[in-house]
Amino acid sequence: MSGAHVVETTQGAEPQSRARSGRLRKLLRAELLLILPLAFVGFFFFYPLLQMVLLSVQDFLGGAGHWYDNYKWFLGNPSQRTIFRRTFLVSIWVTLVCLAAGFPYAYLMTLVGKRTRLLMLAAVMLPFWSNLVVRTYAWVVLLQDNGPVRSAFAAFGVHLPRLLGNMTGVTIGATQVLLPFLVLPLYATLQGIDRRLLDAAESLGAKPRTAFIKIYLPLALPGILAGCLIVFILMLGFYFTPALLGSPSNSLISQQIFIQVNRLLAFGRGGAMALVLLITTLCILAISALFTRRYTKALGIGGEG
Amino acid sequence: MAKSLRPARLALHVYGVLVGLFLLLPTLVVVPLSFTGRRSLAFPPIGFSTQWYRNFFTDPDWFNSAVFSLKIALLVTVFATTLGTLAAVALTLGRARWKAAARGLLIAPMIVPGVITAIGIFYVFLRLGLTQNLWGFVFAHSVLAIPIVVVTVSASLSSFDRQLLRASASLGAGPLASLIQVMLPIIAPGVLSGALFAFLTSFDEAIVSLFLAGPFSRTLPIQIYQSVTAEIDPTIAAASTMLLGITTLCVVAAALVLARRDRRYS
Repeated sequence: MSGAHVVETTQGAEPQSRARSGRLRKLLRAELLLILPLAFVGFFFFYPLLQMVLLSVQDFLGGAGHWYDNYKWFLGNPSQRTIFRRTFLVSIWVTLVCLAAGFPYAYLMTLVGKRTRLLMLAAVMLPFWSNLVVRTYAWVVLLQDNGPVRSAFAAFGVHLPRLLGNMTGVTIGATQVLLPFLVLPLYATLQGIDRRLLDAAESLGAKPRTAFIKIYLPLALPGILAGCLIVFILMLGFYFTPALLGSPSNSLISQQIFIQVNRLLAFGRGGAMALVLLITTLCILAISALFTRRYTKALGIGGEG
Repeated sequence: MAKSLRPARLALHVYGVLVGLFLLLPTLVVVPLSFTGRRSLAFPPIGFSTQWYRNFFTDPDWFNSAVFSLKIALLVTVFATTLGTLAAVALTLGRARWKAAARGLLIAPMIVPGVITAIGIFYVFLRLGLTQNLWGFVFAHSVLAIPIVVVTVSASLSSFDRQLLRASASLGAGPLASLIQVMLPIIAPGVLSGALFAFLTSFDEAIVSLFLAGPFSRTLPIQIYQSVTAEIDPTIAAASTMLLGITTLCVVAAALVLARRDRRYS
């Protein structure tokens, strides 16, 4: 539709005024191209989101009620609160494990030659795009009770506790699935850090470790934060990995939302849970954006990295 | 000083290799498992057979879900690439003050947790009769794929020299002709890799699909998920292996396309 409009307006242009009005039209025209994509995303994404918000204050199990009833149910119910708290704790835990695995990896990527770096990047990109359900299924095979991981350890006389159906399994699987989301932004930041600063610090008498902690880490912090944030937020809304590697007795919030909406058709409750989750996510995003902006400004590296 | 660092460096390299293997290897267990001779998940697999692949192509549950997924992904590629490229061009060339806001709106589906998007879409689509329906999947997946196209094509446009548009205009080309004949060929690698990513986004999508799926309209990832929870069937491994193969092909193709562009314009 916008394409047809473009042709119409330009064919009527007068040659003399082309330069000026051409520019004016160009402004108009470029934005016209946005109408269709915005309408599409608006209707199929923001409208459903809005509906969800409305449902959370209008749709109740068992007839009418106060607008806040669904929220009262969610935040007032001890077992729901436990699930909410558990989701948070597991997300923090998985984020920390990802950081412990991902930071040395991203750091190493800045040190190695071009070929090795490409290889390391491929090792991150391939899982990044591989199917989530497939990767989780692979972990089901590996971590099952008489699976290769436990039998390998048993061969050495180490008898591991059960790995599947509990938080150990969820942590292992989620770490592997989410690690690329931490490594990619972190590597982008680390790559921009001038390593000569470390040499400078050492030439002024700092020990390598001191130079690393006092010079490198502060510069890396925005990247660390960005990577951790993505992992944390994705983990908050994770469904398949906890569903397949965990157990119903330690389910997370997204599984609860699925049960409420898909099984019980309690859209209001599901909506309230989802909205609490969304607002939490947005708050965390806002706080960290604020922090990062102040921090980079204070460091004087704003705009770079 | 360098000497004292060396053992640390070595440890770092070993750690890096371990993390790399942790990222790559576990998923690959599905490949040998797909050739197992028995109906079990035992690993290492016992015996050899290709019956699970045969089963995949003859069992209507599996085959239909694969065809369904493929149809959806191809349609999504068309929708998301067109809309995403339009948006990226507009966001790059336009100068409106609300450009940043528009960009944010278009990227938003990438940031909002999938389960939240899923229930909203599920409710609206229930009322529109779009659940358990090909077009329902196509629209939902397109919304999720548009952000990645916008990001990929925008990156490709950031190195586009706008003087070329002015030059073609001075030679008498209309704006639409300039866009199609001058800009599009130059950003084509970006658009193509955006299209591949859009295809993958749809082909791999699972959470929204889980809500939209019905007994006769399952995508491949949902068929895999529901089989994993229901039974021990190595066909899952065969399907997984093929899914991994397609993903790898797409990612490698996208990487090659982008690498070639970089070589040509650097």
